[in-house]
Amino acid sequence: MGEFLHQLASGVALGGVYAIMALALVMIYQATQLINFAQGEMAMFSTYFAWKLIDLGEPYWLAFFATVLVSFIGGVVIERLIVRPFANAPVLASVIVFIGLSLIFNALAGWLYGYSVQSFDSPFTGKPWFGAGYMSAHESGSIVVTLAVLALVYAFFRFTPLGLAMRAAAQNPVSSRLVGIRVGWMLAIGWGLAAAIGSIAGMMAAPIVYLDPNMMGGVLLYAFAGAVLGGIDNPFGAAVGGFAVGVLGNLIGAYLVGDEVKLSVALAIIIAVLVWRPSGLFGRRLVARV
Amino acid sequence: MSAPILDVKGLEAWYGPARALRGVDFEVEDGGVTAVLGANGAGKTTILRALSGLIRRSGDIRFRGRPIGALATEDVARLGVAHVPDGRGTFTDLTVEENLRLGAYVRSDRQGVREDFDRVFGFFPRLKERRRQQAGTLSGGEQQMLAIARALLMRPHLLMLDEPSFGLAPLVVAEIFRVLGEINRNEGVSLLIVEQNASLALDLADRAVLIETGRVALSGPSQAIRADDAVRRAYLGY
Repeated sequence: MGEFLHQLASGVALGGVYAIMALALVMIYQATQLINFAQGEMAMFSTYFAWKLIDLGEPYWLAFFATVLVSFIGGVVIERLIVRPFANAPVLASVIVFIGLSLIFNALAGWLYGYSVQSFDSPFTGKPWFGAGYMSAHESGSIVVTLAVLALVYAFFRFTPLGLAMRAAAQNPVSSRLVGIRVGWMLAIGWGLAAAIGSIAGMMAAPIVYLDPNMMGGVLLYAFAGAVLGGIDNPFGAAVGGFAVGVLGNLIGAYLVGDEVKLSVALAIIIAVLVWRPSGLFGRRLVARV
Repeated sequence: MSAPILDVKGLEAWYGPARALRGVDFEVEDGGVTAVLGANGAGKTTILRALSGLIRRSGDIRFRGRPIGALATEDVARLGVAHVPDGRGTFTDLTVEENLRLGAYVRSDRQGVREDFDRVFGFFPRLKERRRQQAGTLSGGEQQMLAIARALLMRPHLLMLDEPSFGLAPLVVAEIFRVLGEINRNEGVSLLIVEQNASLALDLADRAVLIETGRVALSGPSQAIRADDAVRRAYLGY
């Protein structure tokens, strides 16, 4: 029983990381109907930035918030300079751009920081805030951070004029422009936000999966599975899906298939959802008349 | 006589390589109502889309004396040109209230926005009853009211409407045109109305422009257009 609770708790902690990564994917998907395959590598690169700051002696939380801010700006710049020129290009062109971006960040991180695995300290030390005995201090702290991120993102989109304008721009760009919303900037801000919350996912994942240029590959796959499971067009569903995939992956990995093939659980979930319920648990089924 | 609020000369517009407007001239008086009439596919909707910068256009477009022919859509809107597009442009997944808040997105005078909410709810009480409802679940008439209300929250100087009567029951159409008349008379908002229902539009308008395959076939005071027998038979269908 204790072992089971332990697996469950660490599944929830990892699931929180998948949930905010899934949210980042959904934010871009809703505005562009595209999955940003570079989201994981962008988060990895942000995490290295935080690691470097901490390495230089900055306090953790200063490095944390500086990384979030720099990631936001980086996301905006990437959208403006690299993604924007492909706004009207065919889907495959955009996909190639995203894959290229992910390769660039991966190689850049290896070149700047090396490919050897680094440890990344958790800001949460000592006794866990809750779940003592079943989870580590970092896992309990990470759950709190991810829930806070989800709440903040929800409040931003639900209650602020800018959040409303971003939802409007994603839904109906023409009508948005007709009321004076600068739709292009809304997209850029969306990329910035996705990069910022992705950086938080990276910093929360790093103490668990350790820091190396390939650390986010598995995380992105789980996050994608979570987004598909919850509904790729539904931020709430994606977050729930992220948690569900974290728990499922851990339990199945621990009790059924073993850790070595744990990653295939994510793929199995993606395939199962696409076969039986393509719109996901909370997604909207689109019916088109042809 | 004051300068027109909208002065259009030699307006051309393209869909891709195809030219849809071939030099259209007309104006909207300050505080006036101009109706754009014509058959399906003549280019009426294209005129509004060109004025808003939603498609490639050229020509001399002056709004309150200022050239706007090179401005982006959002900048035209920010100058005080509200465009109620065909299909109403509803944000279907958002609530009625959120749709209206988007109309006021670029404004920073909170007090004025609050007053304008009361004002449009006065015009369309049904929107107030449904303010928490998802806009996509409204009836066609209610969505048209919402589109006009959203445009009014921009505090526009010029309100451009694309077939506000389209697909609506006669009673609803009458209500909407009554409100449009009030907005024009009591608040001095100039109107540019594209309509299939020519008789309805001519009742409201002081000037009318008849469009035929991307050109102006006839323009003048609406009285004169209405009185012209040949025009009536050929274009207005009664």
